Amino acid sequence: MVQKASKEPTLVPLDGVVVLEGEEENCCSPDSVSDCCTPAMGDVHARAGIMVYPFVSGWLDTPAGEVPRVSPVITDADRRGTIAMRVGIGRDSYEITPGLYAFGEPGENSPVIVTCNYKLTFDLLRSTLKKLDLWVVVLDTKGINVWCAAGKGTFGTAEVIKRVKESGVEKVVAHRDLILPQFGAPGVSAHEVKRATGFKVNYGPIRAEDITAYLDAGLVATPSMREATFTLKERVVLIPVEISLLLSPLKWVIPLLFILSGLGPSIWSPSAAVTRGFALFMGLFAGGLGGAVILPLLLPYLFWREFSLKGAAAGAGVTLIGLLLFGGALNWLEALSLMVLGSAVASYAGMNFTGTAPFTSPTSVEKEMRRWVPIQIGAAAAALAAWVGGAFIG
Amino acid sequence: MQGYDYLGINTLHFDAEKCVGCGMCLTVCPHAVFVKGEGNLKGGKVALDKPSKCMECGACAINCPVAAITVTPGVGCASAILHSWITGEEASCDCSGGGCC
Repeated sequence: MVQKASKEPTLVPLDGVVVLEGEEENCCSPDSVSDCCTPAMGDVHARAGIMVYPFVSGWLDTPAGEVPRVSPVITDADRRGTIAMRVGIGRDSYEITPGLYAFGEPGENSPVIVTCNYKLTFDLLRSTLKKLDLWVVVLDTKGINVWCAAGKGTFGTAEVIKRVKESGVEKVVAHRDLILPQFGAPGVSAHEVKRATGFKVNYGPIRAEDITAYLDAGLVATPSMREATFTLKERVVLIPVEISLLLSPLKWVIPLLFILSGLGPSIWSPSAAVTRGFALFMGLFAGGLGGAVILPLLLPYLFWREFSLKGAAAGAGVTLIGLLLFGGALNWLEALSLMVLGSAVASYAGMNFTGTAPFTSPTSVEKEMRRWVPIQIGAAAAALAAWVGGAFIG
Repeated sequence: MQGYDYLGINTLHFDAEKCVGCGMCLTVCPHAVFVKGEGNLKGGKVALDKPSKCMECGACAINCPVAAITVTPGVGCASAILHSWITGEEASCDCSGGGCC
């Protein structure tokens, strides 16, 4: 069972130990006589209100004190957590306690890797680096991934310096090298870390899968390890979150759709509200599908540079197919309205994908938005006006 | 990053005069914007190769020991920018509890 770490733990005696949230019942507490679960080393290290992370398989005695040893075995609970993150559930807190952890049987010559405290990232390292002996310094990035945390500065110079000093890592290794993910570089000044701690910052590869090769080569990354990619697989895993971000406005959009759809020659018709409202919703759905699913899938093949245009094209395509398959009962104005609406919604949804794509400069994004947001709003308004007009030409 | 071109405008500025050729920018840039310039890196200088590929992450600037590079890093998240237009606040990833990135 994974317990949520409280936002600001007031008592965290050891890395690998998490403070439970106030009211939660816990059968694993040391005060409990229940044997429903046996925390690995909980009898020694847990206290009332505190439990040991399930992934801690033991403790290493080091000159810097006891260091939790991390199990490389990814459990079903870990997998469930990963899936929840991917579909956008509870994304605000999926973090582990910062500090020093041990992978395998590290010694004084083992590499020191620095990472964020987003558990998805931590689990990726656990499964990717299971054959290695490493020290891992986990920074407090508030449960945010390395790239975004570096942008915000929480994966930053001050935090690296603080954790390196507090963790006592200088007592457990004989060398003075840190390995940071390259995607942490926007937040960290390597020369300042060196000045403050004596540790040299080595920027490792972007992707965890390349770490072993990087270590084997003597901390040398090939050019391809240093280059950002946006492969089909990397784009596909983002789709559920893109969809979940579109869902929140629906609670006020859907009532609006039904109110608009009921308008017509009889002023307002409940039956038209339902049948035409459903058709209008499907136009919206086609747009969402185009912008949040088709655009990520076909990103390199939608050859326009602006994401708004890529999205509009994807949305127009999906809406057109939908109209050809299911749109027989609509008049020409209604069909036109749905085409415009689907394209506008997909254009907006597609524009949001700029934030995820690792090749979009904010200056360019803002320029695109200045051009396209007014078009999107204007097109959506015109489409809705045409939809109401369509009721009158029956 | 082959196959992906965006609008290509950014705030990257490189001052070759100050460059000491340490090569840190070559290491941290995820889009190979910089290349080794004339001569060897040590004592030589780097040069801008593909400035339009810059995504303004700021890694080169913060890791340049002689401040030869400037770039204004920002949030490239459309909903964050929209939020900043409406509220007048600075764009940040916090729009939905960090959910947008």
